[in-house]
Amino acid sequence: MTRARTAQFAGAGTRDDDTARAEGAVVLTDVVKRYGRGPGAVTALDGVSLTVAPGSFTCLLGASGCGKSTLLSLVAGLDDISGGRIDHVDQPVAMMFQESALFPWLTVQGNVEIALRVRGVGRAERRRRALELLETVRLTGFAHKRPHELSGGMRQRVALARALAQDASVLLMDEPFGALDAMTRDLLHDELERIWRERHLTVLFVTHNVREAVRLGDRVVLLSSRPGRVLNVYDVDLERPRRIDSAPVAALAAEITDALREEVGRHAN
Amino acid sequence: MPTETVKPEAEDTSRDWVSGLDELERTPITETRWGRFASRLWAGTWPKVLALVLVIGAWQLLFLSEWKAPWVLPAPLTVWEDLVAYAATPDYGQAILITLQRALTGFALSVAVGSVLGIAVARFKPLRAAIGSLITGLQTMPSIMWFPLAILLFKISESAILFVVVLGAVPSIANGIISGIDYVPPAWKRVGTVLGMKGFGLYRHVILPATLPSFVSGLKQGWAFAWRSLMAGELLVIVAGQGSIGALMQGAREFNDSARVLTWIVTVLVIGILVDTAFKAADNRIRKSWGLAGDR
Repeated sequence: MTRARTAQFAGAGTRDDDTARAEGAVVLTDVVKRYGRGPGAVTALDGVSLTVAPGSFTCLLGASGCGKSTLLSLVAGLDDISGGRIDHVDQPVAMMFQESALFPWLTVQGNVEIALRVRGVGRAERRRRALELLETVRLTGFAHKRPHELSGGMRQRVALARALAQDASVLLMDEPFGALDAMTRDLLHDELERIWRERHLTVLFVTHNVREAVRLGDRVVLLSSRPGRVLNVYDVDLERPRRIDSAPVAALAAEITDALREEVGRHAN
Repeated sequence: MPTETVKPEAEDTSRDWVSGLDELERTPITETRWGRFASRLWAGTWPKVLALVLVIGAWQLLFLSEWKAPWVLPAPLTVWEDLVAYAATPDYGQAILITLQRALTGFALSVAVGSVLGIAVARFKPLRAAIGSLITGLQTMPSIMWFPLAILLFKISESAILFVVVLGAVPSIANGIISGIDYVPPAWKRVGTVLGMKGFGLYRHVILPATLPSFVSGLKQGWAFAWRSLMAGELLVIVAGQGSIGALMQGAREFNDSARVLTWIVTVLVIGILVDTAFKAADNRIRKSWGLAGDR
């Protein structure tokens, strides 16, 4: 079933549109986001349309002020859209942030279990699922540690396990590896790619790191800044598993970087 | 190369890589827990012992200087002897029991009232606008100011004392909760929302647990206010038949028994220190398990 969220004053889609929309796990149609009212209003997103295929890995790329994080919040339903519509095949969606935001009063296992607890999963089943997910992110043996006892990369893996515990087919990631060192990030790219394939997830991944986008994505969506619009969509037809330091990744990254620089340069005065 | 043989190998390498990096990023523990405990105990003890020696020494010197007559200002040893002898009598234990019972009743009531008030004020904006600053105002008010009113309202009774104790402790406890809720990191609330928590669920699973450190420091301050109010109350409101610390101390003064008055002062001081230690231990435990504490 497709569920839609529509801005109150924007026209709702017709029935025919709905059939087309069902092909995407997430479909954005002319999404507009404005902050404030009147002449002082800021348009963060201006008519963004995007169809995210089920099981695909889509990277949203852009410089600061392109509204890529805003877009993700809108898809997650954390914020209201000002115009257009967003359709989901499956709701709710899971989400991960740059900060792991693990709860310090819970153990690693408790932090994963909380996602299940909210949904009313029983104690024994919660425990079983949490340990299984910790195994998936390779943190077996750390179940009873507190978050502060883990490194940044390990905390992000716990956050990933927590997001997976939501059992959503769509995973939204807002610069999840932005605060990590290069080596750890490289490692987590491999881990994320493995989990995405094993679990047939649909991933929408926000980053400002061009190589990261090319390393991970099936598609890289380049957004313009102030207001955010889709500038270009790159299909990444490179064989997996990829390496962030391989020549084809670097070549495509260079091409996208040039486009990004041109867009950023447009804002110079 | 056929892919079938490559895949498990790659899987193995990446698994090693993960656990290798995890291992390297762990902080090594250099000392045993017991060694650390002993050295910390010593580090915390010797300054206290030194301070005690200095205070008693100064007191002894003051006594030897004959600034006041010995029956007005007795020597430390005289007070110690009185304390030891008095502690063996049932009156002493009974008085402490009565006073502590009042303190705990008042404190428990304050925690209940303060928590509800704190959550309500943090949650509802108009309520905060209405009484937010009033709570802080009440906190700065000396609780002894309430006693004339309390005696008029409740006469000389347990209720009068309880009334003032609660009024003294509630603002601190409520403020602890309010500032705790105000400073919940937005990232935690956002995670709660993403996980599907709403309204009460968000409070139960995220916001209230997140206020714990602030709540405990509010409790600690609330206890200090409750204890002070109680001591003031027991000296002013002497309920017949209730030989509380304050009542017995007032009695000692009437008999010009300085040593006995000082015995009670020392006793109240020791109780205060013990309770403070308990709160500190709770606070340290939270900080440690949350990863907020350095080595303290």
